Amino acid sequence: MTETKAAETDTGTAEHAHTELVAPSQFTRGRRIYETVVRSRETSILLVLLLVIAAATVKSPSFLFSANSWRDLLLTPSVLLLLAAGQCVVIITRNVDLSVGSVLGLTAYLTGRLFIDTGLPVVAIVLCGVLVGAALGAVNGLLVGYGKVPALVITLGTLYVYRGAVLSWAGSNRVNASDLPDSFSNLGTQTVASVPVLFILALCVVLAVGYYLHTARGGRELYAIGSDPDAAVLYGLAVRRRVISAFVLSGGLAGLAGVVYAARYGSVSSGAGSGIELQAVAAVVIGGVAIFGGSGTVWGAAIGAVLLVTINRVLPIVGIPDFWQQALVGGLILGAIVLDRVMSQRRARLLIEARDEA
Amino acid sequence: MESVVGAPALELSGVTKAFGPVVALRSGSLSVQGGSIHALVGENGAGKSTLVKVVAGVYRRDGGILRLDGEDVDFGSTAESKAAGVAVIYQEPTLFPDLSVTENIFMGRQILGPGRRIDRRAMYAEAARLFAGLGVNIDPRRPALGLSIADQQIIEIAKAISLDARVLIMDEPTAALSGVEVERLFAVARRLRDEGRALVFISHRFDEVFALCDTVTVMRDGAYVDTLPVADTDVDQIVALMVGREVGELFPKTPATIGGPVLEVEHLTSRGLFHDISFEVRAGEIVGLAGLVGAGRSEIARAVFGVDGYESGAVRLNGVPVRRHDPRAAIRAGMAFIPEDRRRQGLVIDASVAANVAGVVRSSLTRAGLLTRAAENRAAAPWAARLEVKTNALDMNAATMSGGNQQKVVIAKWLATDPTLLIIDEPTRGIDVGTKAEVHRLLSELAGRGLAILMISSELPEVLGMADRVLVVCEGHLTADIPQDEATPENVMRAATRSDEVRS
Repeated sequence: MTETKAAETDTGTAEHAHTELVAPSQFTRGRRIYETVVRSRETSILLVLLLVIAAATVKSPSFLFSANSWRDLLLTPSVLLLLAAGQCVVIITRNVDLSVGSVLGLTAYLTGRLFIDTGLPVVAIVLCGVLVGAALGAVNGLLVGYGKVPALVITLGTLYVYRGAVLSWAGSNRVNASDLPDSFSNLGTQTVASVPVLFILALCVVLAVGYYLHTARGGRELYAIGSDPDAAVLYGLAVRRRVISAFVLSGGLAGLAGVVYAARYGSVSSGAGSGIELQAVAAVVIGGVAIFGGSGTVWGAAIGAVLLVTINRVLPIVGIPDFWQQALVGGLILGAIVLDRVMSQRRARLLIEARDEA
Repeated sequence: MESVVGAPALELSGVTKAFGPVVALRSGSLSVQGGSIHALVGENGAGKSTLVKVVAGVYRRDGGILRLDGEDVDFGSTAESKAAGVAVIYQEPTLFPDLSVTENIFMGRQILGPGRRIDRRAMYAEAARLFAGLGVNIDPRRPALGLSIADQQIIEIAKAISLDARVLIMDEPTAALSGVEVERLFAVARRLRDEGRALVFISHRFDEVFALCDTVTVMRDGAYVDTLPVADTDVDQIVALMVGREVGELFPKTPATIGGPVLEVEHLTSRGLFHDISFEVRAGEIVGLAGLVGAGRSEIARAVFGVDGYESGAVRLNGVPVRRHDPRAAIRAGMAFIPEDRRRQGLVIDASVAANVAGVVRSSLTRAGLLTRAAENRAAAPWAARLEVKTNALDMNAATMSGGNQQKVVIAKWLATDPTLLIIDEPTRGIDVGTKAEVHRLLSELAGRGLAILMISSELPEVLGMADRVLVVCEGHLTADIPQDEATPENVMRAATRSDEVRS
């Protein structure tokens, strides 16, 4: 899906006297777009998602064909979509952000408190959530950028620190739906043309991130950094600045996810979003983003997030016992990683064979 | 910006660079004119790569003059040197494997369309144009993954051209290329020269220097030696300038009685690394394995010891065949191997001296599966004492010791296994001069006691001073076997660079 827009055909003219080592492809533009789309990882996991939905609908037609369940199908993944978009950007740079669940918890509770304690308008409070999340992300980014410690360790630390902050702040208090103004909590149920507003918000974020990653210099540099950090330094890329901004983005989106969480569920306790960071990583990996960075798209991560949430809802419907649900999700993750390895090895082998034959 | 008329495109004078106490570059000088291909030659460790990295902005020089087109410059990062028109092609190209070759060429300065969007169509067209100009046929859309080294270098050159680099430095670009690929690279280099760019070409292959370059600068021990027009010199003169020093009394090799063969290596071959390697090392003998970095010396040693596998050939120790690719079997048979990078491969750096020394004999120290600190100390003490490892207690952490003492701990560790053959890779790298002599005395003493030693070293004086016999490796082939009394810097260096006779 990534290369489709950029296709062009001016390659067939090259006729050189020298040895032809790796000849340009002679595909036409249309053929190339077709090949890229059909062979893409995003297409295949979209198919899996559709199959899962189809299976659930066959088993229980109300899964798709009732007003509420259609809404739930789109609304439930919204929070994870935001987290997966941020996580995807971080993982592309060969880092990982495990603190997003705690950031979500902190900003979700903060959102509730702001409504209870201040009379700020909804827009200002949403902005607050995003900014606080971005600030927490900046802490991660600065520690990773200057500390020379793997992001896994840094964000594991801040996962506990941020969670500790919510726990000591909230204690056993919780924000209840009745504390929130209607104009805010209605966001959780409002729809436009039967599509939930929160889903539209998440989709816009995914589109914006995807557009940035594909068409901006900064976005391409994130891929370069993840593909080979040492080479990125030799290229003269601003590696540290880019990595820090990836963490800021991830934190900001986790902050937004916290606000969305509050709007969606109404009640927020200090444990909100515990463990969701692992789902975000899983969604990204299932979506075909290489865990060592450098490749993958946010589209894949987004589909992965929807797939993960949907599977969790579908498994009980098709009668798989509780017991096995987690194991199945785990199997899906392992399958995705094994598939990645096999595919990338196959690709490397094909490219090398193509070279040897030339 | 008007350039000073007649000023060299690139000029370095008295440039110095030190890393802590280690001086990598004492006085680097180089003056390259536009429209010229300038060769930079010198032994391993002569400071060539450091000099290149100073020009590239990877390192910041400690002192000296660096000028581009007559203007003083000071690069704090690779981005700055790039912006000033310097492009460097490293021996191992540095590309992003996941990205297309076009993105690799334009990374960081992509062609932008309306709204600061990357204009991929224009980039593909430009990449195709660059490749056409270079006379190569590479799909601009393919990923860099899987490209041969030669093609990766072409990508790097395309990048340099698209940057419109005035100075192009190639650090041993031909080391991994086949004959056809070298020809193609040379054709490209000559074309760039004719466009008026300045090229610096680093190579150990004199035939290539003479075929391609017009001027040659020789470096030795981190300093400038001389610059000569290629037309007025010959290989002998360059080798003399590169070596140019006396083999001092630093290396006290005591004569030892040489016994029967301990290690016999026959027709060892590992495709792409080394071919048909046969030699033997006898008891009490120190055999030096000389050659340039990357010639395959360490690879041969690793294969003999079983760390890496090999495709054909045989290794025998004391007449008994040693299983391939099985270092534990090699240790049991009586081999000891001290790798080059002892911090990473030879020493458990964050463990005590005693634990390190006892590490390899652990199985014989355990009692009922338990290993006690006391048992470790008991096993370690005599060895550490004999080697005069200066540690206050055997409990001291290895990381805090000097390079020389670390090396002794590693040697002690292996001597505890009571080996009959010791393979040691770069025994004195990173060790100060005083301790160097101690390590040499130790090796000499061990040989005197009948140990067979295979010593890999890039330091010519060390090889010539220590070894009873010098084997020279060039590009994976053994090119010479010279007894000590016949070995001279010149004939070893010649064998190490005898690429024309090796490559077919």
